[in-house]
Amino acid sequence: MDVLYFAWVRERIGLPRETVQTQATTVADLVAELRAREDRYAAAFEDLSALRVAVDQELTDFDAPLAGVREVAFFPPMTGG
Amino acid sequence: MRIVVQDAPFDFGAEAAGFAAGRHDMGAVVTFTGIVRDRPGGGLQAMEIEHYPGMTQKALEQITVEAIDRWSLGDALVIHRFGRLEPGEQIMMVATAAPHRKDAFEAAEYLMDYLKSRAPFWKKEYCAETGTWVAAKDEDEAALTRW
Repeated sequence: MDVLYFAWVRERIGLPRETVQTQATTVADLVAELRAREDRYAAAFEDLSALRVAVDQELTDFDAPLAGVREVAFFPPMTGG
Repeated sequence: MRIVVQDAPFDFGAEAAGFAAGRHDMGAVVTFTGIVRDRPGGGLQAMEIEHYPGMTQKALEQITVEAIDRWSLGDALVIHRFGRLEPGEQIMMVATAAPHRKDAFEAAEYLMDYLKSRAPFWKKEYCAETGTWVAAKDEDEAALTRW
């Protein structure tokens, strides 16, 4: 699936998007996999309360299932307007 | 309903006039424009707005449809810019049309509250060549509870 990063999450990880092969069944599982990869991922996902997640471009939460999902995005709380 | 997400500036006067024109059944049109505000005493060089292409349009549509249904609006308009903006530039606008002003005002406030915290935009402020991400405010999230 495609994993996208925005704002300081993108900066901390160092890329805007990547394709990830994963068996993770929930967003939280995917986060655990990413965290274990490298320090920059661990740093980006250090505090989940500071992050929001969208699955297939819909806001959701970290226990959302990933079956059939094509796109997951991680970002800080939004600051539009 | 019209939702526009663009990097180019927009003409607030022309948009507002166009939105209000030719409505015979709507007694109230409310508009709001957000402007890049300099820091007290100055110092803000620019603001960079990042967004999530694909999701942005969809999220704004969902919020706007909700407002149209809830306040029985005749129409609604949302324009939101992204990219680099300087102090004094217009970031975004909303317009609502309803038979009565209370609904038009409330719907415009609802749109503003929701697109601040639920539409995928992120602001970064540049001062003295240093960029700082704008943190979301607790009061913005709290503002949603009144709806």
